[in-house]
Amino acid sequence: MSSVMDQLLDQRPLIAVIISLVAAITAPLFSRHPNWREGCTLLAATLKLFVVASMLSAVLSGETPSSASILLPQGLSLHLRADPLGLVFALTAATLWVMTSLYSIGYMRAKDAPRQTGYYTAFAVCLSATTGLAFAGNLLTFFVFYEILTLSTYPLVVHTRTAEARSAGRRYLVYTIGGGQLLLAAIVWTQVVAPGSEFVPGGFLAGRTSDVAMAVGFAAFMLGLGVKAALMPLHGWLPAAMAAPTPVSALLHAVAVVKAGAFGVVRVTGFVFGVDVLRAINADVVLAVAASVTIVVASIRALGERNLKRRLAYSTIGQLSYIVLGSALGTVAALTGAIFHIAAHAFMKIALFFCAGAIHVQVQRNNVDELDGLGKQMPVTLGAFMIGACGLAGIPLLAGFIGKWQIGVGAVEAGYPVFVVVLVVSGLFNIAYFFPIISDAFLKSSPVVGTDARPIITAPLVFSVGIAIMLGLFPDAGFHFYSLARLAASTIVMGPNGGGLP
Amino acid sequence: MPAFLTHAEYWLAALLLFWGVYGVLASNHLLRKLMAMNIMQVGVIVFFIALAAKSGATAPVVVDVDQSIQASGYVNPLPHALMLTAIVVSVSTTGVALALLIRIQRRYGTLQETTLLERLKR
Amino acid sequence: MTPHLAVLVVVIPLASSLVIPLVGIFSKRAGQTLTLLAHVVTLVLALAMLVRVLAEGSWSYHLGGWMPPWGIEYVVDPLSAGMAVLISGMALLTMVYAAGCLDKRNSRHPGLSEALFLLLTAGLLGIVMTGDMFNLYVFLEISSIAAYALLTSEEGPSLVATFRYLLVGTIAASLYLLGTGYLYALTGTLNMADLGVRLSETGDSMAVVAGVSLVVIGLAVKAAVFPLHGWLPDTYTYAPVAVVGFIGAVMTKVSAYALFRILFFVLDTQPVSGAAVTWLGWLAVVAIVAGSWMALAQTDVRRMLAYSSVGQMGFIVIGFSLGNVPAMVGGLFHLLNHAVMKGCLFLVAGGVRWRTGATTIKAYAGMGRRLPLTMAAFLVAALSMIGLPPTAGFFSKWYLLVGAVEAQAWVVIAAVIISSALSAIYFFRVIEKAFFQTSDEIHPASERTELPGVMLGPVVILAMVVLLLGLLNEPIVTHFVMHALPPNV
Repeated sequence: MSSVMDQLLDQRPLIAVIISLVAAITAPLFSRHPNWREGCTLLAATLKLFVVASMLSAVLSGETPSSASILLPQGLSLHLRADPLGLVFALTAATLWVMTSLYSIGYMRAKDAPRQTGYYTAFAVCLSATTGLAFAGNLLTFFVFYEILTLSTYPLVVHTRTAEARSAGRRYLVYTIGGGQLLLAAIVWTQVVAPGSEFVPGGFLAGRTSDVAMAVGFAAFMLGLGVKAALMPLHGWLPAAMAAPTPVSALLHAVAVVKAGAFGVVRVTGFVFGVDVLRAINADVVLAVAASVTIVVASIRALGERNLKRRLAYSTIGQLSYIVLGSALGTVAALTGAIFHIAAHAFMKIALFFCAGAIHVQVQRNNVDELDGLGKQMPVTLGAFMIGACGLAGIPLLAGFIGKWQIGVGAVEAGYPVFVVVLVVSGLFNIAYFFPIISDAFLKSSPVVGTDARPIITAPLVFSVGIAIMLGLFPDAGFHFYSLARLAASTIVMGPNGGGLP
Repeated sequence: MPAFLTHAEYWLAALLLFWGVYGVLASNHLLRKLMAMNIMQVGVIVFFIALAAKSGATAPVVVDVDQSIQASGYVNPLPHALMLTAIVVSVSTTGVALALLIRIQRRYGTLQETTLLERLKR
Repeated sequence: MTPHLAVLVVVIPLASSLVIPLVGIFSKRAGQTLTLLAHVVTLVLALAMLVRVLAEGSWSYHLGGWMPPWGIEYVVDPLSAGMAVLISGMALLTMVYAAGCLDKRNSRHPGLSEALFLLLTAGLLGIVMTGDMFNLYVFLEISSIAAYALLTSEEGPSLVATFRYLLVGTIAASLYLLGTGYLYALTGTLNMADLGVRLSETGDSMAVVAGVSLVVIGLAVKAAVFPLHGWLPDTYTYAPVAVVGFIGAVMTKVSAYALFRILFFVLDTQPVSGAAVTWLGWLAVVAIVAGSWMALAQTDVRRMLAYSSVGQMGFIVIGFSLGNVPAMVGGLFHLLNHAVMKGCLFLVAGGVRWRTGATTIKAYAGMGRRLPLTMAAFLVAALSMIGLPPTAGFFSKWYLLVGAVEAQAWVVIAAVIISSALSAIYFFRVIEKAFFQTSDEIHPASERTELPGVMLGPVVILAMVVLLLGLLNEPIVTHFVMHALPPNV
């Protein structure tokens, strides 16, 4: 009996992926019974969170539950494995799916949106893909789920079927499939250089090939992943994709899709190439500079955007590059900061998007100059917005500060204090483009009347912000994001046996 | 000159081949293209038959069963057999082609390629 | 019984094609049943052949008991058996599909289309089974003549396109015949295996180069290798619905198979075959990009698919020419995959046209609502063409890329990436129109008018096979494709 239980427990990464697929199948079945349909989604989301969280203690103590491999093309297998880095991403995604599902119910019904069944189905598949990516044990598995993510998010981007949405969808596809093909070429190259390799903390490519080949391969990887990670100049699809409904923008483009890209960058730099290899070919500096440019330019562009969601999109582009910067710098602190930021930014950004959506639903306002006085009308919503914005700017006691601080420490440790300047500057820009919104909302008087949205919309919003505050005060609370991040970072820098909790 | 004469049949085959291909490319009338194609096929047939020929040899029919058969006294029968097949193929293809041409003529009223292209565009 | 499988697989469709028009005169129903029976039996025989060859190894069959190299020899090895299964399987599916969309001709001459179709199948099967160079020519022409007759449809342009194809195809076959003549003159044999042995003894000379070149060019035209592909777009665009599904999927593949067979199994010891393979490889790289580029420029869906085929043939040829094991596995696997994928796509395009008259991309607006299952199959096949996991197309592309990286052929990698991106664009254009159109752009009469069962069945089956080939690619490659590779790789 216990061996069966053990077998079942061992399959948990696979089960986590399959749960949302089941939701994807039940949604069309219940298309005529919206409550059942949404109920299935929520049930699946809760179950998934439960399964993912159950692996926490195992992973923290150094184990990596892994599912059976399915042999695919010759010499490679589809392999799912839960390690600290993967668990950070999976936990974030699973938690946020629960909240986004609740929010979606409220938002979509308030707008009486059409095609809701397709929406929930695509969402569920997308979450499957995200979990699969997070738990991928090798590059091929990662790629399979990466492409499934692209395909399942396309219907969500074009959900409203307007000409703008479809144009955004086309752009999205061109960018992501093009990037995906480049990524495929890079993966094939890795397979030829190091056949049958799985992800190894510290990388497995060391010494396998010449420096030039390494550099070219790394460039291919970064270009391929950089599309989803919105590394400039490959970011063009993201602002356009804001044409999607807000819950889509919230989860996918602030959390799942773009995080998949950033997560991929951490995976490839830490678990395929390794910190030393990258330092030897100076790729770390190049990547760090690219990330910094993205951070700064995105922040400047954000200032110029009138549409609230687009401003948030540019903010996301900048924040994601914090993660890229951290993984480029390659010290324990920098990596810890980067990985922690995967979770922290997700909670904060999603709160902001939820606010934007609530504002849209309640008072039909979309632009930052139309929000005068809304703070008095929708105090909870705008209050949460303020906290989220402060968190992104890196104000201490909120979650965003931890990641930025650690990356800054890492920059100094790595010998490039200049990047601390980048972090500080971007923090100032953050304040510059969020502060006016907040001050207009609370200090001016309002021409419209409105109230906070219904609890089903407001609660997820408040909850996200609450988590952001909690993570800021107690980084290791709840799901131990900080410990996981630290564990992952130390294994990357010091190899699989060098990891350990401080 | 002697080299040319001893291989005259090959030159003939080459001539027919090139003439045929040229005809297919350069003719304006579809029926002429078809005829040129036939000429090209004949060129191939001539080539094979030329391969089979031997000087002073006779038709490959055994007259006297008792006498031992000297291969050099008989023309190589294999290419002849092959070419019979090739001729049948050529005839069948021509038949199908002519049927097509009749349909084209009925449908478009012309077999001149230039006119046909204009009518196709409409 | 089992040794005779090699020839039965050819004889049964051939004999049936002669009998069915006669039967059809008396009873149309009997004629149709007999056709179905003939196709099913052929498929069963081909499968039996494949099972036997994988279990017990290759064998050769001497026609009429005459010993090779003087007699005609049929060779059964995993490659030819596999091709036979592919041909007969596609033939069966297409024949069932065709039964659903009979056109005017069939009612006037019952049994004639079926007979021609069986003749075409017999011809193609003969090409893959035979081990004799001239026999290949005969079957090549049998299948071509049947194809010329079948490819004409009601549309006027199809007549002219078919006539052009006839001219080009016959010249190509004549070139092949001429090349065979050269090789015969040099070695005195027409048997493929014997030819390989004797050629290595004669060594290199202009005549060998000329002979091989002629053979290669002739087959390359038939296989629509760039830049000899000119006949393909028009022919496939205007062809009748069911016919294009079979011919478009299979005929060029069989010619590619013939090229592969001759270059790698017969002539592999000749330096000239190495040169030919290199040339073909470079042309294939151009084909891959040019085919996708041209496909992007089309507004007619069928023409788009035709140009896409030109590009995909490039993938197959590149796989052969790169020369290492993964690349050849990729090429052969892609040959199989593309036949299934393209067959599915052509059947969908034809079915949509038959049902709604739509041929341009614009006219596909909202098609996902009108023919949901059909377009779902289109979606699966399109994803496979683009090369997204877990469909079959992804895996054949994977093997090709592995081979390319091993051979350090960076140009090939770039070409594959560009072509995949372009394919994504032109396929998603159709998918977007079909599924993601705004309500006001959808045709007013947009009730569900799905294809009838006989037509829908093959389409869905092919789409499922695409998925199955992808998911099961490991056993297929290990147990089948690896055994089909030439011995000296």
